[in-house]
Amino acid sequence: MASKKERTRRGRDELQRVIDMCKSVEERGLDPFLLNIEDIITIIREYFPEWELPEDLCLDAETVHHLASVIKMQSEWVRHRSTSLYTDPFLLEEKTRRLSREQLATIFLKSWHPIVELEQISPHSLTQAIQYWKELLPINERWQKTSYTETEMGFTSRKELINQKILSEQMFSEELEALWRELLQKVDETEKIKYWNFIGSSTFEESVRRAYLTSFLVTYGYATLEINRLEEEIFIKPHKKLVPLAGKKQVVSVPVPINFDDWIKWKEGRMN
Amino acid sequence: MKKKALYASKIKRAAHLLFFRRHRKPGVKGWELRKRLGADYPKVLGILDSFLEKLDLQVKTVFEEEKPREKPSLEELDKARFYITLRGGITPKETKMMGWRIDDIAGLVITLSSIISKKGLAPRSEVEQLLRDKLPGWRVDINLNRYIKSGYIAEDENGQLYLDWRTRAEIDEGTLIKLLLGTED
Repeated sequence: MASKKERTRRGRDELQRVIDMCKSVEERGLDPFLLNIEDIITIIREYFPEWELPEDLCLDAETVHHLASVIKMQSEWVRHRSTSLYTDPFLLEEKTRRLSREQLATIFLKSWHPIVELEQISPHSLTQAIQYWKELLPINERWQKTSYTETEMGFTSRKELINQKILSEQMFSEELEALWRELLQKVDETEKIKYWNFIGSSTFEESVRRAYLTSFLVTYGYATLEINRLEEEIFIKPHKKLVPLAGKKQVVSVPVPINFDDWIKWKEGRMN
Repeated sequence: MKKKALYASKIKRAAHLLFFRRHRKPGVKGWELRKRLGADYPKVLGILDSFLEKLDLQVKTVFEEEKPREKPSLEELDKARFYITLRGGITPKETKMMGWRIDDIAGLVITLSSIISKKGLAPRSEVEQLLRDKLPGWRVDINLNRYIKSGYIAEDENGQLYLDWRTRAEIDEGTLIKLLLGTED
């Protein structure tokens, strides 16, 4: 008796073989009656109870899909055979082999009704063409090289780049590290702090900036969020050491809305 | 009298549309004719067809799918393509003037009959093998590509040949097969 693992493997191979056979019939226009549909259905039926994984169920569905295409081809084949156009390909091939070139050409001409079509230029299209030609720039003007201004090379300073907003005063990673250290200092004996008490600042803009940086603290594994859904409170808990999230099984995104009203409410609460 | 003049003008317009090539492919779609001639364009085409009969020409309708068994619906006509084709046959002498060699025509017959007998889909390699029987090897590829370029056949990504728009417009497939089988060799 084959083990379950062995049977599953064999089943997968069988289904893949059926898919390949169906595909070759579909793509190469082979006789669809070459496949024994009943046998294939028996195979699909035999292995169906074994499938548990989604991939295996997909493979099963794919097999049924290809089999349906072959059955459709069989029905078309039968329909074609019943029409007046059906001729045995071998008989026809034999016939065309025996006929001379002249005979073949004569037959063709009797069943050929070529399309009658004319191509004519009209006064209207001539006028349009002349207009286009008039408006067309000479080739040396159209293909002119793009001009540029030559300037002397020089050096720039970090301060200048900061002024031009190309660089920020602090590197992003430095800013994150600083915020992390601040978080470590601000937590109480429970080793956590209310979200708004941490991100909240004297201005709304600064609060948003701190919220933005805090989201990176959580994403990069410097801290974690603790959500009390009943009391609708969010706490931030810093990690003593960086804990990368890559290996964790379940990572969820938590959207935390920050708006001006919330900031006002937090500020008033603090003043009270 | 007014109605007669209206139809005369519509017939003229229909002739212009159908005779003079307007797109990459010849022929005009039904919906295009409806737009230019009005909803009664099938009637206009019928009158034009009877005019053309005297010149051995005809208005040919090629439906998007199979030819409907009963009277085609307006929707089917809108999707169909209309051409002006020769009504009768053409003599071998006339063909010489059209730039077709007898070899090319014979090769086309072999190709088309092979595709038709195989339910409209034949592997290119099989057709090439058939053509090699009567044509020199170097001409087989050139000829097949020429038939593809002219729109008689087309090739899909799996190397299968099938009948293209020009065959559907110009060739009476049933007559071709009947004649092939009925001719004494």
